[in-house]
Amino acid sequence: MTVLENTPRVDPTPPRRKGRRRATALSGADRIVLLLMVGIPTLVHVALVWVPTLSSVLLSFTSWDGIGDLDQIEFVGTRNYVDIFTAYPRFWPAVQHNLVWLAFLIVLPTSFGLLLAVLLDRKLRFTRIYQSILYLPVVLALAMVGFIWQLMYEPNLGLVNNLLGISQSNPVDWLGDSDINIYAVLIAAGWKHTGYVMLLYLAGLKSFDPSLKEAAALDGATGWQTFWQVTFPVLKPINVIVLVITVIEGLRAFDIVYAINRGRNGLELVSVLITDNIIGESSRIGWGSALAVILLVISLGFIITYLVQVFRREERS
Amino acid sequence: MTTTLDRPPVRKTSGGERDKKNARLRASRIALHTFLIVVCLVWLAPLLWTVFASLRTYEDTAANGYFSLPSELTLSNFGKAWQTADLPNYFWNTLLITIPALLITLLFSSFVAFGVTRFTFKFNLALLMLFTAGNLLPQQVIITPLYRLFRLIPVPEWLNYKETLLDTQLGLILIHIAFQVGFCTFVLSNYMKTIPTELTEAARVDGAGVFRQYWQVILPLCRPALGALATLEFTWIYNDFFWAIVLIQTGDKMPITSALSNLRGQFFTDYNLLAAGSLLVALPCLVVFFALQRQFVGGLTLGSTKG
Repeated sequence: MTVLENTPRVDPTPPRRKGRRRATALSGADRIVLLLMVGIPTLVHVALVWVPTLSSVLLSFTSWDGIGDLDQIEFVGTRNYVDIFTAYPRFWPAVQHNLVWLAFLIVLPTSFGLLLAVLLDRKLRFTRIYQSILYLPVVLALAMVGFIWQLMYEPNLGLVNNLLGISQSNPVDWLGDSDINIYAVLIAAGWKHTGYVMLLYLAGLKSFDPSLKEAAALDGATGWQTFWQVTFPVLKPINVIVLVITVIEGLRAFDIVYAINRGRNGLELVSVLITDNIIGESSRIGWGSALAVILLVISLGFIITYLVQVFRREERS
Repeated sequence: MTTTLDRPPVRKTSGGERDKKNARLRASRIALHTFLIVVCLVWLAPLLWTVFASLRTYEDTAANGYFSLPSELTLSNFGKAWQTADLPNYFWNTLLITIPALLITLLFSSFVAFGVTRFTFKFNLALLMLFTAGNLLPQQVIITPLYRLFRLIPVPEWLNYKETLLDTQLGLILIHIAFQVGFCTFVLSNYMKTIPTELTEAARVDGAGVFRQYWQVILPLCRPALGALATLEFTWIYNDFFWAIVLIQTGDKMPITSALSNLRGQFFTDYNLLAAGSLLVALPCLVVFFALQRQFVGGLTLGSTKG
């Protein structure tokens, strides 16, 4: 951290400061101030985010009950992974739920959010009101979304069964039935996610040059053609960001299922297994870390995609 | 935050043709509005249902069911929920966690953003990527070692009688800062890039040190971005559930969003009370929604498009 240079630029005024070597060189005090300003936050971030991430990777190859001293950590190779893949009954259902979760979020709320954004991104009366209503759930906590939808799904008292007219005769237990509860929860999660996607697309559409669309219209393109051949390709950077945010949200998903039933009975997710391993009685550090690493490996691909997309754009502009 | 106005191209057409076109346009507008109104009603239904339930008495809903016209509407559930579940205590906890975490996150991220946008380090891009990637990690990836780390770090007894960082609000504040600083640095550095370098240059020539360039030149210009981020980060930290569930063990120390899941069943035995309690907890977020909408949306989209 010693190369503290100012952006090289021609300075018309003669140097008045003490800097002897170069007019743009920083003074000693400035170097220290800058080092602290950048260094302290970086230190906090690295110590509490990246050190645990790397520790997860290392610990995943070890066995440790977490009670004894650090020197009791024992290297066991890939045993944790093998056990998780072959002998852990909760693992594959959780992975399956995570995949359903991802597929659902990518397909439904994302396309619906895009549709709403396209419909609302025009001169339309009340468009602001529509937009506000649709993204209202975005401000709510996912745990809160879980509570609110529990009231909706309550078998006898909830709105859903009452509207369907089956609240008394043979009510569907939307959240209690392990065959369907994941979809019921996904609708609740989609309720929040759609608004978020819509906002991202609206922001993307706003920076879109309307003359392109007008040109397409003059060439006789229909609205549908214009969208798929002009608007959608231009939205590609936003598409990538929406996809990555959706996947990350899907992998992180925890609050809503934990708020509803602690992630049991059909609502198991990988994130829940990791948490159970910490909070639960028989906490096994290596085991939990191995689960975390599996999650990390899946997310890294998407994180890198995001970084490439975002920082390539930066360099271009 | 105004929407793009795409005016239909005005073309001269004969009267009859124009009328037909207008009629078609009107019909499609009506269809569009109908569709949007239906969607909006569906979108509002869960919240309206919660509000409706919270305003009714236990006796009323027990006798008539929830899907009925209310015999009377009352605000008493809110007062009852506020008192029986000791909500003020949890709101206070949230305040103790959210305010310092928010302020320090903004301070730290503006420090780093200032450093990487105003000065050319060799590792500028790498540093920005480190922060951005760190914010995208699923929290569960880091929780297992973090939990152990927090258990190993000693704190004075007055903070926690167990003398570990685990189960303290300080620990929660720290992890919020470490995690959120990634996103804020990314957004703020995008914003600061748009500020001309001549400004800090001029200040430097006038003899201002690095910190004064930051504090008196750059920071005031970042007010819109800071406002947007503060709004967004407030809701994110307020809405946190996961960190508190794992890192806080004593129920009394929990922030409000996580506490609610413990309080259910324990205090909120009837649904009306649970609805009222949920709404009370959601209230600060709803205030953000109604009062600071522009900042909130600005913050969300700052990260995805160029500010």
